Amino acid sequence: MARTNSNPPTSLPLLQVQDLSKYFVLSIPWLSRIFGGQSPPILRAVDGVSFDIQRGQTFALVGESGCGKSTVARVIVGLYAPTRGEIVFQGRSLGDPSFRSSRVSLTRMQMIFQDPYASLDPRWRVRDIIAEPIKAFGLAESRSVLRERVSDLLLQVGLSPGDGEKYPHEFSGGQRQRISIARALSSHPDFLVCDEPTSALDVSVQAQILNLMKELQTRLGLTYLFISHNLAVVHHISDHVGVMYLGRLCEVAPKRVLFSDPQHPYTRLLLDTLPDLDLSGRRRQPVTGEVPNPIHPPSGCAFHPRCPSAADRCRVDNPNPRPSQEALVACHAVEEGRLK
Amino acid sequence: MAPLLKVDGLRIEFPTRRGVLVAVDDISFSIDKGEVLGVVGESGAGKSITGAAVIGLLEPPGRIARGNIRFEGRQVNGLPQEAMRRIRGAKIGAIFQDPLTSLNPLYSIGQQLVETITTHTDLSPARARARALELLNEVGIPAAERRIDSYPHEFSGGMRQRVVIALAICANPRLIIADEPTTALDVSIQAQIIALLRRLCHEHRTAIMLITHDMGVIAEMSDRVAVMYAGRIAEIGPLRDVVKTPRHPYTAGLMDSIPRVGEEKEKLSHIRGSMPRLQEIPPGCPFHPRCPETFDRCREERPDLMPTGHPNQDASCWKFAGTVRHG
Amino acid sequence: MGWWRRVIDHDILYSFTRSWVTMLAAFITLFIIITSVFAPWLTTHDPFDPSSLTLTDAFTPPIWVSGGKWTYPLGSDDQGRDILSTIMFGNRISLLVGFLSVLLAMLIGVTLGTVSGYIGGWLDSLIMRLADAQLTVPPILIALLINGVARASLTRELQEGMAIYVLVFSIGIAAWPQYARVTRSGAMVERNKEYIAASRVIGVHPVMIMLRHIVPNVMGPALVLATIGVPLAIIIEATLSFLGVGVPPTTPSLGTLIRIGNEFLFSGEWWITIFPALALVVMVLSVNLIGDWLRDTFNPKLR
Repeated sequence: MARTNSNPPTSLPLLQVQDLSKYFVLSIPWLSRIFGGQSPPILRAVDGVSFDIQRGQTFALVGESGCGKSTVARVIVGLYAPTRGEIVFQGRSLGDPSFRSSRVSLTRMQMIFQDPYASLDPRWRVRDIIAEPIKAFGLAESRSVLRERVSDLLLQVGLSPGDGEKYPHEFSGGQRQRISIARALSSHPDFLVCDEPTSALDVSVQAQILNLMKELQTRLGLTYLFISHNLAVVHHISDHVGVMYLGRLCEVAPKRVLFSDPQHPYTRLLLDTLPDLDLSGRRRQPVTGEVPNPIHPPSGCAFHPRCPSAADRCRVDNPNPRPSQEALVACHAVEEGRLK
Repeated sequence: MAPLLKVDGLRIEFPTRRGVLVAVDDISFSIDKGEVLGVVGESGAGKSITGAAVIGLLEPPGRIARGNIRFEGRQVNGLPQEAMRRIRGAKIGAIFQDPLTSLNPLYSIGQQLVETITTHTDLSPARARARALELLNEVGIPAAERRIDSYPHEFSGGMRQRVVIALAICANPRLIIADEPTTALDVSIQAQIIALLRRLCHEHRTAIMLITHDMGVIAEMSDRVAVMYAGRIAEIGPLRDVVKTPRHPYTAGLMDSIPRVGEEKEKLSHIRGSMPRLQEIPPGCPFHPRCPETFDRCREERPDLMPTGHPNQDASCWKFAGTVRHG
Repeated sequence: MGWWRRVIDHDILYSFTRSWVTMLAAFITLFIIITSVFAPWLTTHDPFDPSSLTLTDAFTPPIWVSGGKWTYPLGSDDQGRDILSTIMFGNRISLLVGFLSVLLAMLIGVTLGTVSGYIGGWLDSLIMRLADAQLTVPPILIALLINGVARASLTRELQEGMAIYVLVFSIGIAAWPQYARVTRSGAMVERNKEYIAASRVIGVHPVMIMLRHIVPNVMGPALVLATIGVPLAIIIEATLSFLGVGVPPTTPSLGTLIRIGNEFLFSGEWWITIFPALALVVMVLSVNLIGDWLRDTFNPKLR
């Protein structure tokens, strides 16, 4: 598989995702199936996605609703089984069930979720929430070691050790995300999958959490897969960016390249929607159409109904990512040099 | 010229058994005809409650404890329900965040539009239906003749929000309260809805009170901006001035903490701490525990909006004590 | 002491003290419970012990009617049992059967409901169809059925000794479906929440997830059902005993007393039916009122 050639990797990537797909079979009423001869519709949430993440880097997956970025995260972390494709973590395939459920893979990969109000068990004390992974993996030899570790983690995320006695509802959204981060760090992971961790937070709290995450990354050598729909946040925190649309990757590029020279028409559309906080009066390209229903995607390239550069080929042929300048772009117009 | 909406010394309280919680504490602002006032603030700042109070939809036990809301010169807070109902919809329209719950799932959008139109205008049902079609076209619903009899769940989020906007403008209101109208939508759709609202507002000379936490939306649409914090207005002024040269330390901190494409920062600047909960609002200036520029007066006396030296830009901050109003 | 302060300060206690009806009901229930627990010490004799009965004292009227005796404040029945003492002992049976059967129903219902809601699939369909099937039959009939089976299969001595357990079992079995239903909805909602995903990510076993995460979060509505369930169970037990298929006649419960008294109601010995009936009504009403208050308190929409 070709990859971006801007930073030739010196070692094995921490995570390699190869042709990952996840299809959901939607249930239809039994009677319709028997008498109507209807076959259940298939939702192709993720359809052939490939990318690598180098150790110590942050890879962001960006896209709007229905693009499949959250599904990618959940497949990687093991909440869903992939329909097709391979995930190779630290050189070993996660398709192998013994590796997937092994201590190694479970402790070294953790996840942070979007909704600070649903990601902590409301009936558990904070110290128990943070300790759950430690206990599950038997990482503490005694209760005092456990207590110390929990206090230490709370301090690392900017909370105080006394907060362990409280319940989640006593904390604000930003503090809850800190608790989630502390819990995720408790098993000494190498890799953190972050599903929109700041989308539900206010702007100033978001800034705090992003700073914390960057600081932890430097201090602990973490690698992040960062899912978001907010391009400005992605710009701040990522090294590489993948843009998804209806289950496929449109463009993958190093951050600077993606933001300064976007090639895929959808990437350009997304960048156009960035708020103009400098009030430069920037002219915007008029945006048309909506994200189609993922159950009935358009034929060929899913973006063609909204694409200013669509041609006949685009209606028929779904493009695959190909190297173009410093990025990987899945677009016929780019490939054919048609892009304006 | 008298402003369309004038709010004076509004105070909204929630009596609880532990005492009275003050959600909005003595705020005053006005909106002129055809103007878009962006009310921005983080969650809990009191902006949604203010919008609810203006349109008379404040949920008990919340109540307006003090102050006046004057619409077209006439006092509307404290009006009996029946009178308020006539104003709501006809003179003041509303758009809320979640289009899914704003529309009745059991009726077609045509039925809902016709019902709203006939309630607030004299049109017959047949004429009302024609008007409904006009409105659907105006808000950009493709193939409106076919879709008018569809049900809300058959539309996508963006389309539903357009229908909600059509409902809000059908009786030609003078003022629309829009509470987070684009937050639940995808970014590419947000831009479309913002453009639609802006166009409608210009064409019909409708004023909008745009309530949101999203500074980007504010920047795209507003003429003036009011920044709210812990139930008070921290700063109010023309869009350009508040965004580019904020005077209140909170506004400045807020603008600084928004990540922007085009700047490379190792750390985002942020305001330490978080907005106090209603039970824990400190005395003096509510922002003082987090403010990088506090002095003694801030801890003791609560500042009201005062001139800052820029025309029409006021901030409630003691830094500007003694500044003479420009012009 | 911190937790005590938290209890006093708590909203629930506050709402409790605001409602005099609830406080009265709680007081009455407490009174009933205390008198039944201490019944052996409070009563003049043990009405369940045939040797303590004096047949010549049968049909003594209550104390305020001429012919009444102090040892039989509310009169005596056809066997010479003191009505007041029998009521106190009868309360024991009612309360015991009431609470134990609900406990059993909750145990079965919450377990099956959680498993059903969390795991889903064919197991969910199976359990729910079982519950549906059972719900088509009124609880009393189910209790009667199980009771009948027990009688047919146990010897007479066993029957008498185990009567209470058979009652608890039959009423409990009759009631589990509603607990299962309500727990299942809760489990279905919770399983999609992110804190469950977080535990799955670290590989926590589904049984542990159900036990430690799901159950504590879905117990609320089940507990509320229990507050309705207890008075209902008490009534079912009284009905079964009234019909003669509950507790054996030597250890009468309120229902048995009512039945016995019924025969003598129109021949003038009204107290044998009336007082147990009143006692039953008061107990059921009180427990019900507490349940009402609990439901209102825990209903977030009414807060």
